[in-house]
Amino acid sequence: MKVKSIVVAAAVAAAFASPAAFAQAKEQFFPSLVYRTGPYAPNGIPFANGFADYLKLINARDGGINGVKITFEECETGYATDKGVECYERLKGKGPTGATVFQPLSTGITFALTDKSFNDHIPIITAGYGRADSVDGTVFAWNFPLGGTYWDAADMLVQFVGKKEGGLDKLKGKKIALVYHDSPYGKEPIALLEERRKMHGYQLMLLPVTHPGVEQKATWLQIRQQRPDYVFLWGWGVMNSTALKEAVATGYPREKMYGVWWSGAEPDVAPVGEGAKGYNALVFLAPAGQGQVHKDIIKYVYDKGQGTGKKEDIGDVLYNRGLVSVMMAVEGVRRAHIKYGKRPLKGEEVRWGLENLAIDEAAIKRLGFAGFMTPVSTSCVNHEGDAQARIHTWDGKKWVVQPGVYHADTSILKPMIRASAEKYAAEKKITKRDCAKEAG
Amino acid sequence: MRKNWPVLALGAALLVGLALPLATGASSLGFYIEVLLGGLMTGVLYSLVALGFALIFKASGVFNFAQGAMVLFAALAVARLAEAVPLWLAIVLATAIMVALAWVIERVVLRPLVNQEGVTLLMATLGVTYFLDGFGQTVWGSDIYKIDLGIAKEPVMILEKLFEGGILVNKEDFLVAMVAAGLVAGLTLFFQKTATGRALRAVADDHQAAQSVGIPLNHIWVIIWSVAGFVALVAGVIWGSQLGVQFSLAQVALKALPVVILGGFTSIAGAIVGGLIIGVGEKMAEVFLGPVLVKAFDLAGGGIENWFAYVLALLFLLVRPEGLFGEKHIDRV
Amino acid sequence: MLYRENGQFKSTYASDQQMLPIAQDRVFMVLLLAFAFIGVPLVTSDYVFLSLLIPFLILTLAAIGLNLLVGYCGQISIGHAAFMAVGAYAAYNLVLRVPQLNFLVVLLLAGLIAAVIGVLFGIPSLRIKGLYLAVATLAAQFFSDWMFARVKWFTNYAHSGSVQTAPIELFGWTVETPVEKYLFLLAVLVVFTLVAKNLVRGHIGREWMAMRDMDVAAEVIGIRPVYAKLTAFAVSAFYCGVAGALWGFVYLGSWEPLAFNLNLSLNLLFMIIIGGMGSLLGSYFGAAFIVALPILLDQVPIWLGVPISTATSAHLALMIFGALIVFFLIVEPHGLARLWAIGKEKLRLWPFPH
Repeated sequence: MKVKSIVVAAAVAAAFASPAAFAQAKEQFFPSLVYRTGPYAPNGIPFANGFADYLKLINARDGGINGVKITFEECETGYATDKGVECYERLKGKGPTGATVFQPLSTGITFALTDKSFNDHIPIITAGYGRADSVDGTVFAWNFPLGGTYWDAADMLVQFVGKKEGGLDKLKGKKIALVYHDSPYGKEPIALLEERRKMHGYQLMLLPVTHPGVEQKATWLQIRQQRPDYVFLWGWGVMNSTALKEAVATGYPREKMYGVWWSGAEPDVAPVGEGAKGYNALVFLAPAGQGQVHKDIIKYVYDKGQGTGKKEDIGDVLYNRGLVSVMMAVEGVRRAHIKYGKRPLKGEEVRWGLENLAIDEAAIKRLGFAGFMTPVSTSCVNHEGDAQARIHTWDGKKWVVQPGVYHADTSILKPMIRASAEKYAAEKKITKRDCAKEAG
Repeated sequence: MRKNWPVLALGAALLVGLALPLATGASSLGFYIEVLLGGLMTGVLYSLVALGFALIFKASGVFNFAQGAMVLFAALAVARLAEAVPLWLAIVLATAIMVALAWVIERVVLRPLVNQEGVTLLMATLGVTYFLDGFGQTVWGSDIYKIDLGIAKEPVMILEKLFEGGILVNKEDFLVAMVAAGLVAGLTLFFQKTATGRALRAVADDHQAAQSVGIPLNHIWVIIWSVAGFVALVAGVIWGSQLGVQFSLAQVALKALPVVILGGFTSIAGAIVGGLIIGVGEKMAEVFLGPVLVKAFDLAGGGIENWFAYVLALLFLLVRPEGLFGEKHIDRV
Repeated sequence: MLYRENGQFKSTYASDQQMLPIAQDRVFMVLLLAFAFIGVPLVTSDYVFLSLLIPFLILTLAAIGLNLLVGYCGQISIGHAAFMAVGAYAAYNLVLRVPQLNFLVVLLLAGLIAAVIGVLFGIPSLRIKGLYLAVATLAAQFFSDWMFARVKWFTNYAHSGSVQTAPIELFGWTVETPVEKYLFLLAVLVVFTLVAKNLVRGHIGREWMAMRDMDVAAEVIGIRPVYAKLTAFAVSAFYCGVAGALWGFVYLGSWEPLAFNLNLSLNLLFMIIIGGMGSLLGSYFGAAFIVALPILLDQVPIWLGVPISTATSAHLALMIFGALIVFFLIVEPHGLARLWAIGKEKLRLWPFPH
């Protein structure tokens, strides 16, 4: 471990001095923007651990991606946009071919990096977060919200409560409160919820919670007064557990609370323990638990003393999400190898791989993710793949996945995505890609 | 009396604002009382942090920005120690740590900076804040930790016969209020009745005079920072038991600034009353004024409690710069 | 030996009052500017431009703005990021709603709008001062955080509350690559520094300093406190407004209200305290220090080859940052600019100190 770190560090230091010197090395560099400190650390740490462990596994088990060794370096963002941008600039030129793909795990940082991607030609994977309109690959040429966006999530939640009431038309006159993190992350779903409100005639209460989210007394007093039929929780970090605590304190039934997939992990409910029993959240791609890939990680990484985190935390919701997120990036590289040859790839080449992802059930099984992932296939126009999610419920000790799979209604989402992407293209003066031409 | 009219006007305006939700029928009496109680509880927590501020400012003239970081540090210490030893022992140990911290701060930061301007000292405490944030997380970790005081968190409904829907209260909140009251009573006794307390008051009044009658300034400062550290610990334990101990605690403590402005920088009673006013004021504003503003200006959600305290403090400054209970000799233009 | 002013006689008032009275200083300044405009773009990598130099230039501008108020006029503010936010959002809306405006005009207008808001929040300074004023400026900070997050018009009804901008255009020149951004910012900063230098040397600057040193005495000799303080607030907010617009358009490209939060305000304050209050040069030093230090602290373990975890290094960086601030306050409360002045003084006598 030590020797390897020193080698990596030396490589990094050398790369700082002269990037050309290492052009021959057969390595693929994965930057890792993490937050292991600050208010969001409890959620950032498991994700970062999963991310790092999977890359270590690929090196230890397979000797890299098709023989190309993976190197990676972490940079601490503290969930702050300006630090994230600095990390991006620092890491984007490292390794023989530059950064492969960025995964900032922050919607705010995603907004800033999207801006830079047009010049730097490095893809950004935002699995389950980021800009909802970046599904449109013709405008957002470098963004990949693989597996789902916040609009998908909000749409699924509305469908779910609609089903619970016995039909979407029954939502008329019902009251839904959105308790959200007051940042681009929390505000993203509002547009979709407003759109659905116009269709179904429910009432929407918007209750923003200021960063970092420990001050929610007034929010929950308002909920107590208005008694909404459902509360959608769109929090991150300590805000989630605080919301649940306040729900306990104001006696709002946890069964009526539905979290987005970022509000449904162990650090969100564990501090509340029994009090959070009955709380539901969406879960996409990877629920909690262990499968073949986890066994491999324990065998090849942890048993050799190279694990990033604690062994008992393997298989947590956010850990698994880190695994899946980086796995898709690795698969993107693998896919691009078919077209460009088995060598270190540039960001542009990796993009082709990500745009032609075809992770089907067989591939999922082969990769050891059976039961932890749904198939993803992308194209130049559609950078998301197929968004689907389930609901899981906290039983006081663990997350229990409920039956039923939800898909976002594309007939509602598509026009919204197009309109929003057009607006972005106009504001930024971006010329759209012609996917038909690129394919031919 | 004539000079007091702006204060009276502001007070009257606030009272009218308080009464409006009831008068206009925007709220039932039961719910109104719940908001009031919620505000008071938040206020108690603000008061506890503000108390630390006021103590240090009174004795050493330092505007201690690091009070929030001290709250976090103390809470982290208690939470992590309580994993290994019983809670009471953890609190004792953490108190010892806070005293040691006070001693170090006095030695390393304050003593070399004696006689510097207020702004310089303020900046120094900002430096201490950064240091403590990093140090605390290095030593104790940056996850969420629990402090369990062993009190049920499920609310109880009372007075259901009197009000429709009853009033929701938490046992924990009452305990918090009791602890705060006890702390204030203890501190008051300490300041009024003990020799050390008298020395502290002497230092607060006039550093040089106190020194010339033989009161050791450095000692006094260590004591006052220790007391402030202890207050931070109490605030941290209470806050931590309600919200979980995490890095974010330090940021909420910023609300203590408008509290001390409102109450007066040097007054213990001011810190308490100011905290309660700010707590009640911002919760009332958020719950009752927020939705009105949102509707009127088509805002994207309320959230006015984030600035309400500061604007209230600013208004108050304009009509009564020394605060509610502050001493009159104040830098005025 | 080289740095002596012997034999340089001032025979006119103009030469006595010039900005750099010593010939060597003038030569040095010309060389420095030549290096900054020509030398730096030749040797520097994109990373250094984007992560160090561009933020450094913009934050220097903001620090000069804050220094005019705090260092020269003695009115403390912990909320100056609010004026940067005003400038940024004003510029965004101007570009959006009046697209035919030249960006330089937009910059100036954004600065002016920030100046108006600055005067508004400067009014309490007529009644309170010192730490009390600091808390009053915090009100500006939190109010602006709230306003730009909530009032949808400011962000053009963006559903996420985040706004984005196109690269700026000046007379057909698109400022897009890091070098272009750097040169543009450098030019802006040089102009604004010159203006600031002349402001503080002139009538108005002397009024500010008189207010700072003793307000009652200043009033006695006929300086109107209302005028002096409010102009200081206006000019200071103007500088920060321009800096804010540049921060948004040139550095961030897309931003949310959190980009201008309390942390930025505190960092500005650190810059002028560490750099030196009441010194324009100090604003440069302070900004360089605050921009470079966290990045350096991050990199040091990597350079040394010490394998420590990301979290530990981030925590260590926080601790060292805090400790260094305390250290500087103890060792040199007048800031880096004072060290520079001492160095210059020594240089005059070197190598024959007697």
